[in-house]
Amino acid sequence: MKLPRQVSQRIAFGFITLAAVVVVLPILYIIGYVVVQGAGAVTWTFLLEMPRDGMKAGGLLPAILGTLLLTVGTALIAVPIGVGGAIYLSEYAKENAGTQAIRVAIINLAGIPSVVYGLFGLGLFVIFLNFGTSILAGSLTLGIMTLPVIISTAEEALRAVPQSFRLVSTSLGGTRWQTVQRVVLPQALPGVITGIILGIERAAGETAPILFTAVAFFLPQLPSSVFDQTMALPYHLYVISTQVPGMPIRIQYGTALVLLLFILSMNLLATLIRRHYRKQRVW
Amino acid sequence: MERPELKIRIRDLSVQYADGTESLHEISLDIYANQINVLFGPAGGGKSTLLRTLNRLNDLADVKKQNGDVLLDGEDILSPDYDVIQLRRRLGIVFARPVPLPMTIYDNVIYGLRLAGIKDKAQLDATVERALRQAILWDEVADRLGDSGYDLSGGQQQRLCLARSLALRPEVIMLDEPTSGLDPISTFKVEQTLRELKSEYTIIMVPHSVQQAARIADWAAFFLQGELIEWNTGSRIFTNPQNSRTEDYITGRFG
Repeated sequence: MKLPRQVSQRIAFGFITLAAVVVVLPILYIIGYVVVQGAGAVTWTFLLEMPRDGMKAGGLLPAILGTLLLTVGTALIAVPIGVGGAIYLSEYAKENAGTQAIRVAIINLAGIPSVVYGLFGLGLFVIFLNFGTSILAGSLTLGIMTLPVIISTAEEALRAVPQSFRLVSTSLGGTRWQTVQRVVLPQALPGVITGIILGIERAAGETAPILFTAVAFFLPQLPSSVFDQTMALPYHLYVISTQVPGMPIRIQYGTALVLLLFILSMNLLATLIRRHYRKQRVW
Repeated sequence: MERPELKIRIRDLSVQYADGTESLHEISLDIYANQINVLFGPAGGGKSTLLRTLNRLNDLADVKKQNGDVLLDGEDILSPDYDVIQLRRRLGIVFARPVPLPMTIYDNVIYGLRLAGIKDKAQLDATVERALRQAILWDEVADRLGDSGYDLSGGQQQRLCLARSLALRPEVIMLDEPTSGLDPISTFKVEQTLRELKSEYTIIMVPHSVQQAARIADWAAFFLQGELIEWNTGSRIFTNPQNSRTEDYITGRFG
């Protein structure tokens, strides 16, 4: 049996619309639910004070600060190495077996479960290098986890810059590095920054990699150096949702809301940067 | 007949790319100073390969085999320890499709000088004006040097690219079909510019047509499938070609 074209068109279109709805609805539902349940808890006190009464009152300051510190630490480690690696792969490396091996390694790194990174961080940074359970060890672990994302998006952005720019720059007496610095990298920057933000935002929401390397259940004071333990939003959320009996629902969802806002605002920033630069692009 | 001063001596030059594409086979050719030296022939003849060999842009490509000699003022420029950065400042190149860099007109012109580490504002300003005047673009852009190079028309972009090469005061300017995308008026302007420039520079040009070659050549070399078929003064080669294949091409029997 053959359906009339109009009908099959409608059916296909219906399926596509349904698929889109199936994707979008749960996201909207989750965000909406978290906002409704948690918005009442989010006050200045909640954001800026230390927890009290076994974390059932007071605020999230140490967890928010901890996540911020871990995020900055992750960026400090992953951005220079990741972007440097991408520049090497895109601009310097010859296509040979060695380069292929590096690419395969990067793809595989991206697929490793985050808890394995956690164990790796525990073994290497916490125990072998003796950094202890600390912001430093956590940042290094998250940084390594973030590298593959940053390297592959940055490399893609660099490769998208037209070859003719490199040829022109070289023909005017530019070294490879001058060409990267003055033409290729500035042109690739929006893509590179987007990749950095998306990679780091993933790290900011992770619990497993910091579980063994950086976080504490509860700390009475803020960390004072990178060798201190810290609290962090994702782990704090896990703790108050499962480990503390009698925890008010409001606080659980308030914490989830703060974490969501933190990550969504990074997402928004990435989108704005991409849009801003795309308008100026000439190629 | 009296020959002008020798600038580049090419002897038995062969180039082969790894993927087997366009290559050169035992080319021997002299390039004369203060002349318009034209390399012409059908596509795939090796003209662009020769240009890219002369300023070592081929270093970026996957070259399988390269032998022979290229002497610029007597120096062997193909030697592995020759300073290629310096070489590229001495031999400027303009490509078929104009490629302004994604920056202002001003920054485009001084790009090469900035790479060379020149920061003196007065010197940069003076260079911009000189180079744009030489490329006959100054009057059109003098009051908007801060605009993007991409705000210019195709013909203006090509003259901007020429100015960008001239800013470095190269000894040789190589142009690879510089007028292929241009309208007749822009083409006329570029040709006019080249005739004026030859008193100061050595010009090597791949024309986009036989007619253009005949109009502009002081010396002309006919390339066919990687071989140099014939090479002579422009007036001789276009009126009295010695090789039958040259004649067939010039008269339009193939191409």
